[in-house]
Formats: sequence, structure tokens, C-alpha cells
Amino acid sequence: MKAPLQVTVLQIDGREISAHADQTILQVALENNIWIPTLCHLEGLSDIGACRLCLVEIQGIAKLQPACATRVREGMQVVTRSARLDKYRQSIIELLFAERNHICSVCVVNGHCDLQYLARKLGIEHVHFPYMYPNLPVDASHERFALDQNRCILCTRCVRVCSEVEGAHTWDIKGSGIQSRVITDFDQPWGEAESCTSCGKCVNVCPTGALFQKGKSVAEMAKQRGFLPYLTMMREEETK
Amino acid sequence: MGKTILIDPVTRIEGHSKITIQLDERGAVADARFHVTQMRGFEKLVQGRPFHEMPSLMARICGICPVSHLMASAKACDALLAVQIPDAADKLRRIMNLAQIVQSHALSFFYLSAPDLLLGMDADPARRNIVGLLQEKPELARDGIRLRQFGQQTIELLGGRRIHPGWVVPGGVNEPLDAAKRDEILQALPETLALAERTLQWFKPLVENYRKEIRAFANFPSLFVGLVGAQDNLSFYDGALRVMDARGKIIADKIQAEDYAQYIGEAVEPDSYLKSAYYKPFGYPQGIYRVGPLARLNIVSTCETPRANREWAEFRELQRGPVLSSFHYHYARLVEILYALERMELLLADPAILSRHVRAYAAPNNYEGVGMSEAPRGTLIHHYKIDANGLMEWANLIIATGHNNLAMNQGVLQTAQHFVHGERLTDGALNRVEAVIRAYDPCLSCSTHAFGQMPLQVQLVNVKGELLDEKMRG
Repeated sequence: MKAPLQVTVLQIDGREISAHADQTILQVALENNIWIPTLCHLEGLSDIGACRLCLVEIQGIAKLQPACATRVREGMQVVTRSARLDKYRQSIIELLFAERNHICSVCVVNGHCDLQYLARKLGIEHVHFPYMYPNLPVDASHERFALDQNRCILCTRCVRVCSEVEGAHTWDIKGSGIQSRVITDFDQPWGEAESCTSCGKCVNVCPTGALFQKGKSVAEMAKQRGFLPYLTMMREEETK
Repeated sequence: MGKTILIDPVTRIEGHSKITIQLDERGAVADARFHVTQMRGFEKLVQGRPFHEMPSLMARICGICPVSHLMASAKACDALLAVQIPDAADKLRRIMNLAQIVQSHALSFFYLSAPDLLLGMDADPARRNIVGLLQEKPELARDGIRLRQFGQQTIELLGGRRIHPGWVVPGGVNEPLDAAKRDEILQALPETLALAERTLQWFKPLVENYRKEIRAFANFPSLFVGLVGAQDNLSFYDGALRVMDARGKIIADKIQAEDYAQYIGEAVEPDSYLKSAYYKPFGYPQGIYRVGPLARLNIVSTCETPRANREWAEFRELQRGPVLSSFHYHYARLVEILYALERMELLLADPAILSRHVRAYAAPNNYEGVGMSEAPRGTLIHHYKIDANGLMEWANLIIATGHNNLAMNQGVLQTAQHFVHGERLTDGALNRVEAVIRAYDPCLSCSTHAFGQMPLQVQLVNVKGELLDEKMRG
């Protein structure tokens, strides 16, 4: 059992809500059925505040703050939906689409994709930025899995699950900014990455079709993520 | 002074094209060319993609024939896996392919060509369309709409959607058929069979009215190419290629998919994005051949199914030896609709069609695979090469319309020689030149991008290359 924590009272979208003082705004919102869009966040992994989709408005702070990486404070007044937030979130999704080659209709995760789901939920009908159409490779050297850089949104869920849960740390990021790429080991083909245990956790946590099981055809790749919070919980139990 | 007539764009076909008619010094038609004016680039853009994506990527070539591309692509992928797909999967694919034949032939015959046939080649273009057909002969138009709907609904019942279903996968299909869906298809078959027969009975006497067109509509000797089943029967899904000459002699037979390149060459002309396929042993451009409904009915010895077989025998009575006029593509389409419906009924009657075992799994075992099937417009060949990881390295596609390219040029020339006189383009000449193209039902979507209504462009050019007359319709 966790040590008893101080209870904090805050407002989210005008609702009075009580929370533990060590919780993030995102955790509290989810517990209270308040939806905040997320992409890099995944229950069971550490939060890094990278995708910026969970940005919220906090009264008294001019800058928007990521709900996944901001702890609640007494008397905090949070707004999770506004025209300003909608615009930011839509722009983020549109930029993700423009940056690589996301072709839903022929993608293995069509219908099971977090990026696609959010685009629809946020009402995105057009991408208002010019597409970059980068020429990116597919790494199919692994016996069971493949990496399609065209569909990677650099959320680093694969990096975190591999490091934090599997303990292999096969995945990492090379380069910076728009040149960033996920890599296996020291940028070797995945099939030659000795640290990889072929557990498939990275494939299942990947929000898009960037990581997928070989042999799957269009729309056949549904990700199984139920294992992650369960695994984390069981490990916490064991270490007590 | 030599002149050129240009028909651009050509209407009521799938895609965008134009026609150039070249006149000689005396003002007589010297040459005619059919140009496809836009490129797609599918063979290039698939490079580097996992081959399991190929059926769905290839289906995007065309919104009319996605199923045909699915079939040829899935068969090429089966060859890469080196598997024999389960029997039920094989039959299910066949049913979907037949449904595709029905819907596409119905589109071609009723929506695109029947207005010419019923309202006359010289009728006002504003009326010469499906709406005009509905006013003139509503029951015929309704039959056509119903037949197309049936084909599309069957595709949807099997694959979950009408256009670009993701159901056909390397190794089989990804979902078995359930009894309720089977019964729904079976229940609609007696009605649609009756519609197909009614249309044939209406059309056959009409053929007499088009003697002039039959004589001049791409009526020339050529080779005929298509798939033939093991019993010398009509087949859309499997079988081997047969090449027949204009006298009905089989000059090459039992050509397996992987050997196609020994027999079929492809030439590229600077004035069109459509490749010209030719029969290699005869060289280019002498190796001119036709594919599609006319060719298929010419090369087989039976249709197998009783009603279609009767109609096929009558069709073959049109001429001693192979039927040569491309005008008869229309007639052949109706016979094939009847066959497809009968065949679907037989396949669905087999209880094994409901088997849950519909997919074979394997890693790629071949680095090269060829898939061949019959699309509504003719033989379709997909040829893929992959690397050791299953990523596409190279693709070659030969589309039915490409096989027919040389024959279409020949047909346009022949028709222009009959109907184009002087330095001006008459509507009647324009209509017939356009209609001869339509007889082949070219699917340019397979090599071009189609948007909105397809307009018509014909140019008349003299020997010096100067534009004399140009007609646009759209």
C-alpha cells in the first residue's frame, strides 16, 4: 500500500475534483472520465511530454502545459477543451501527417491506429501543411517484425517499453529534429540487433503501423496493449 | 496537304485519353493513334514495400476493377509464399472475381455502350447516356442497374466493402463465408440470371442494325489471347494462356504464368503512357493481339455452364472461325455475364464453400512470383520480385488495356478510314471513332488517373503536323 497522501482539490473544466497531490492532471482527468487526447502517453510507461497533444490551459499560466507531465496543485483551474487547444492539437496531428508518409487505406493498422483515431476524433479533414514525402526505408530484417519509418511519429513508446519493461533497451533515437529516427542497437538492421529478445512489446505499444508483425495484410494488425498495465502492476506487487 | 484529326478527350470510357487522326497529302486518313495522356507509376511506387501490402496497393489502381487487381496480385503473392491456398479460399476468390465480371460488364454494356446501341450513333450526345436510356427503354436500364448492383453487393458481402475490399490476402482470404451471406447471394441469382438472358434476347436481333459498324469496327484479323481452363473451358481465375490466330489455329498453348515473358513483349511509344503489348514470336508491331470477352469466347471450346454454353455456341455461329469484329465485344460481354452468374450458383451450392479453413500461412519461399487472371477487359498479369526480407524490389504489370493497345489503334484507324472524310470532323464520325474505342471498354484508370466526367478530344492533323480541326466534348 502506498503511504497516505495529501488530498488536493482542483477544478477541471469547471468541475470540482479531488486528487492525490502526486498525480498528474492527465491521471486525474482520466479517472474522472474527462478525455484528453494523448499519443506518447501509455498506461504502464513513464511520461515524457513529447507529443504535446495533452496540452491544457491552466489559469494564471500563460503557456500551455502538458497534462501528462504536470502535477496537480491545490486550487488549480484546468481547461481541457477550448478553441485554442483544438487548434493546437489539430495542427500537431496535421504536422505528423505531413512529416512522413501515412497512407491509411493501405496500412496494416487501418482501423486500429491511434493517430488515425485522433485525427477523426479531432475533426481533421485536411492537412494544411505541404507534405514532405520523405523517402524512408522499411526494415524487414527481423524474422517476425518489421519497422516502417514512413509511419513512425517518434512517440518513443517502443524505446520506453523496451527499456523500462523488457529491460533490453534495443530501441533508441538517432539524429535530432526532423532527422530523428528510431533505431535498433547501434543503428543496425533490427534482425541483427543482438539485444532484441523478440518479445514484441514494442510492436504492441506502437500507436501506428510503424511497427508491425510480418505477414499481416492491410487492416489486419490490431495492437494488444492489455498486457502492459497488468505487467507493471504484477511487478509492483512482487517488489513489495 | 496532310492533316490530323484529334479526338480529345474520349468519353464514356474509364480514364482519360485522346485520339489523333493523321491525314495524308490527298486528305485521306493515313494513320490514327489512341493516346493515354497521364501516367500512374504504380510499378515504381511499390518498390520497398512489404509484399503483403501488394493486393491492397494494387487494388487502388482502379475503382472499377479493384477485384481483378486483387486476384492477380494475390496469386502473385501466393507464388512468392509458394503455397497452395485452401480449396474454400480458392472458390471464394473465384466467386468474387465472377461478381466483378458481372458488375464491370454491366457497367460497360448498360451505362457506357447501350446508349450508342439503343439511341443510335448519331443521336444527340446530350441524350446519348444512361439517363437517355432510362427515358427510352427504362426496363433495360433498370436491368442493367440491377445486374451491376448484384455484382457490387456480392463483392461487399464477401469482402466487407464494394470498392477495394481488403479480404483477399496472400495465401487465401482473411474471413470465411457464413451461411446467411451465401443464402443472400444465392437468392438473388435466379432473378439476375433471368435479367441477363432477357438482355441477350433483346440485344441479339439488334445486331442486324449495325452491319455497317460490324464491318468497320475494328474488324480485322489479329491474334487472340486469354486464359483457358483445364477442360478447354472459359475461365477467369485460373488456367493457362492460349494464343489463337485469326483463322482459329492455336499457335501457343498452356503457357504458365511464370513463362509469360517468353511470349509477351511490351513496347513503349513516345506519344502514350500506355504500353503496347505484342506477341513476341511475331515481333513488334506485327504481334498484334486482342484480349477480353471477344478473345475469351474465341479461344475456348466450351463455357461449361448450360445456358451460357448455348449462347456461346450461337455467338460462335456469327462467323466461321474466330469472331473478328470488335463490335461483338458487347455481345460477348452479355454471354460472359450469363456464364458468371451460372458459375457463381454452382460454386455457392457446394457446402464446402463455408469451410473455416481459408488461409495458408508461410514466409516467402520464392523471390519471384507471377499472378495471372482474367479481368473483365482481358488478361491481367502481375509479376513481382522481392528481396530476402519480403520487400518489393520490382514489379511489372500488364493490364488488359495494354494488351489491346495495338488493336485499339488499328480499330481507330479502320473506323476513321470508313467514317472520316475531308478536313472537318462530323459528329457521326466522331461518335463512331469514339465508340470503337468503347467497344474495347478500355480501363485507362489502370494507367491513368480519372477525375469526373471523361470528355472527348479528337484532333485532325496534316502531314506537316498542323492542327486542322479539333473537337472537344465533355
